[in-house]
Amino acid sequence: MNNSGIRHDSSGTRLQLIKAGLKRRYAKEKIFKTLGITAIVIALMMLTVLFITITKNGYGAFQQTFIRLKITFDASVIDPERTGDADVLSQADYGGLVKKTLRDMFPEVKKRREKRDLYSIVSSGAAFQLRKMVMDDPGLIGTTQTVWVPADDDIDMLIKGHIKAGEEGTGRIKANEAAWVNTLIENRAIEKRFNFAFFTGGDSREPELAGIWGAAVGSLYVMFVTLILSFPLGVATAVYLEEFAPKNIWTDIIEVNINNLAAVPSIVFGLLGLAVFLNFFGLPRSAPIVGGLVLTLMTLPTIIIASRVSLQSVPLSIREGALGVGASKMQSVMHHVLPLALPGMLTGTIIGMARALGETAPLLMIGMVAFIVDIPAGIFDKATVLPVQIYLWADSPERAFVEKTSAAIIVLLAFLLIMNAIAVVLRRKFEQRW
Amino acid sequence: MKYSILIFTVIILSAVGFYAGRSRSSKTVNGEIRKLHSLPGYYGFYVALWCGLPALIVLGIWLAFQSSVVTSIVVSGLPPEIQSLSDEEMSLVINDIVNLAHGIVVGRPDNVLLAAAEHYNRLLGTGFLALVAVVMSICIAGLGFSMRYINPAMRARIKVEQTVQVLMILCSTVAIFTTIGIMLSVLFESVRFFNQIPITDFLFGVHWSPQIAIREDQVGASGSFGVIPLLTGTLMISAIAMLVAVPIGLMSAIYMSEYAAEGFRTVVKPLLEVLAGIPTVVYGFFAALIVAPFLRDLGSKIGLDVSSESALAAGLVMGIMIIPFVSSLSDDVINAVPQSLRDASLGIGATQSETIVHVVLPAALPGIVGSILLAVSRAIGETMIVVMAAGLTARLTANPLEAVTTFTVQIVTLLIGDQEFDSPKTLAAFALGLVLFIITLCLNIIALYAVRRYREEYE
Repeated sequence: MNNSGIRHDSSGTRLQLIKAGLKRRYAKEKIFKTLGITAIVIALMMLTVLFITITKNGYGAFQQTFIRLKITFDASVIDPERTGDADVLSQADYGGLVKKTLRDMFPEVKKRREKRDLYSIVSSGAAFQLRKMVMDDPGLIGTTQTVWVPADDDIDMLIKGHIKAGEEGTGRIKANEAAWVNTLIENRAIEKRFNFAFFTGGDSREPELAGIWGAAVGSLYVMFVTLILSFPLGVATAVYLEEFAPKNIWTDIIEVNINNLAAVPSIVFGLLGLAVFLNFFGLPRSAPIVGGLVLTLMTLPTIIIASRVSLQSVPLSIREGALGVGASKMQSVMHHVLPLALPGMLTGTIIGMARALGETAPLLMIGMVAFIVDIPAGIFDKATVLPVQIYLWADSPERAFVEKTSAAIIVLLAFLLIMNAIAVVLRRKFEQRW
Repeated sequence: MKYSILIFTVIILSAVGFYAGRSRSSKTVNGEIRKLHSLPGYYGFYVALWCGLPALIVLGIWLAFQSSVVTSIVVSGLPPEIQSLSDEEMSLVINDIVNLAHGIVVGRPDNVLLAAAEHYNRLLGTGFLALVAVVMSICIAGLGFSMRYINPAMRARIKVEQTVQVLMILCSTVAIFTTIGIMLSVLFESVRFFNQIPITDFLFGVHWSPQIAIREDQVGASGSFGVIPLLTGTLMISAIAMLVAVPIGLMSAIYMSEYAAEGFRTVVKPLLEVLAGIPTVVYGFFAALIVAPFLRDLGSKIGLDVSSESALAAGLVMGIMIIPFVSSLSDDVINAVPQSLRDASLGIGATQSETIVHVVLPAALPGIVGSILLAVSRAIGETMIVVMAAGLTARLTANPLEAVTTFTVQIVTLLIGDQEFDSPKTLAAFALGLVLFIITLCLNIIALYAVRRYREEYE
């Protein structure tokens, strides 16, 4: 009784106190909320900046500058004795043809040094292109054809406006070269076209010839090895741990192990691959099989953890129903629980594979950084993968490789986006709420 | 290629075994399947397992040891003057032989080497024939053996299920073997390293320059392997990353779980997680090409000397990468705080931010600390960003505008390219790997323990 009286007496002042503080407290509340929004906005802004800069830098690489040459396939140069022999055709001096055409286009160029500058505006790949044309169709010999050949990477950068002629420091384009390019532009003999070589070529020291196909095929082989090893292993492990394993010290150790492996730095897996697969088992360096093995060990924890979550979400009643009608434990798992958990497992696997596709560091350790021009033909061939190709190009000094790197990143991100989209669709389509 | 054909043949034979076993089992009871102990399919699986499993195991073991066995036979067949070479020269010779055997001819090879290469190829050829014979006979033997055992009383289902369970147990030990493999491979090489460089020099040395002299009299020849500058460099970059990631990650987690409407959450949460899905090599490119030059220009404008490989650039970008780790883990943790705590706090008149700061966060603290520790361990082990954007020279400095180097950068630079396997330079990479593994392992164990304890408290 007494108490309530006191409270009644002081409530007026207390209310005033509270009211006096309210404004300040609401202001604090507002600040706190704004801080939260700001944090999210900053994070999303970073994401946007990242995407915009990559796209801005990279979209140009999907186009390539080509120069129009009127090439005379002079029989006296290519095949002076008219043998028609493939060996003779393949060893002919096609570079000479290109040079001669360039001399004819710019007859005023006389000095040796100037000539060398002139020859350098066309890519060294032009000769290979001509050789391939002749090898495919020997009938071209003796005719004059209009051929579009790739320009040198510096000319390409000049046309795209990334570098300026005669600029101090960059200095790769000389004034006379710029003048020739202007003449070409006036004659409409130079233009940007879709860059097929980027999608079909292997790596090259010349940016205008470098392509991602070799790396993409390497990635494909690595992913193939990773998938056929990690999916069965991961699912079997998850099923055993979740459905069959007794609770004892061994299964505890396995569990702790898996959780720890999920957080081990990827480069340590690379050291493991180097020491065990290369040095102990003597598997070939730079081969997709080794890359696949290393990435399998790396993605296993992801797949196991996802698969276990998926198995846990299948209700007990399914298992009990199966056991109730006389199925064995194994039958109840294989025939009833596993099919229901499979979509979730697949989602986890795709996400794990997406991570493996973007992984670089462990593959550096096992020698997949080698400069490889040929397209790999199998899982024991020397190969490189997309992220490593990006790393290699990012290290190259030529300005044109900046563009190529960004374009390769766009392709890689597109693959990742597709994989994650598939995972999301799978989840939406098959997700069951019990 | 020929090996995959062999594997494929074994698989086909097993499939044949499956159908043979199935039909035989139902024939033994004249089609009255009730009289069988198991369903006919289990007899089929029984035969298929007997046919395929031993053969595949033998094949696997054979392939794993083939190259080392063949090489040692070839080496033992070489003339004594080559055999007396040192290990390094020997490995070069072996390399040449293998290259010759694959038809890669450089220059004018020695007749001895050519003969050895031929020997190598011949051994591989006979080896393959022997392998085919062994695998096929194991296959057929298993098939015949198991077919004879089929009778109605045989408990085929039990046996098949037991085998499958054993296989599953074997699969689940892969995780353990991976850990053991990591420990052994790193430890083994590290011990060799510590035999050459004293462990105290490694752990407490303040000088890192792993160049080993090629000539005796070279200037600055003695390589020094003090790990302290690497440690400070790693910690500095990680600290910068955490300074970016923790406030942004934590605040966005708080906003997402406490304030955001359901629609906002479903859109923004996956977007934030995109940041975690971007390959680290992309971040590295971003750091080296965009952020570092930007910081350098900014620095020169306000009169600061910023290195083009500054710790700041690598740390900032790494921080961006880590935001989603902090935010999604903290989000889970904050969501696990019981609603009743919030209701009670709001009920006595606290504002929402007061509830969060004074009730929710203290309750979630162990979990949040755990998630931050996990993020730190990821920052320390992160490789590509620092390889592409941080420096190579080890420097003992506290200035984030200078270039520093990290464990992972040094591991990569020491191991990329050609390596001899007993120079301290190469072995140092494994010692660094060991240190890295131990640091991250400790962080992970503490973090997982904290998160687990926290979960148990509220579940």
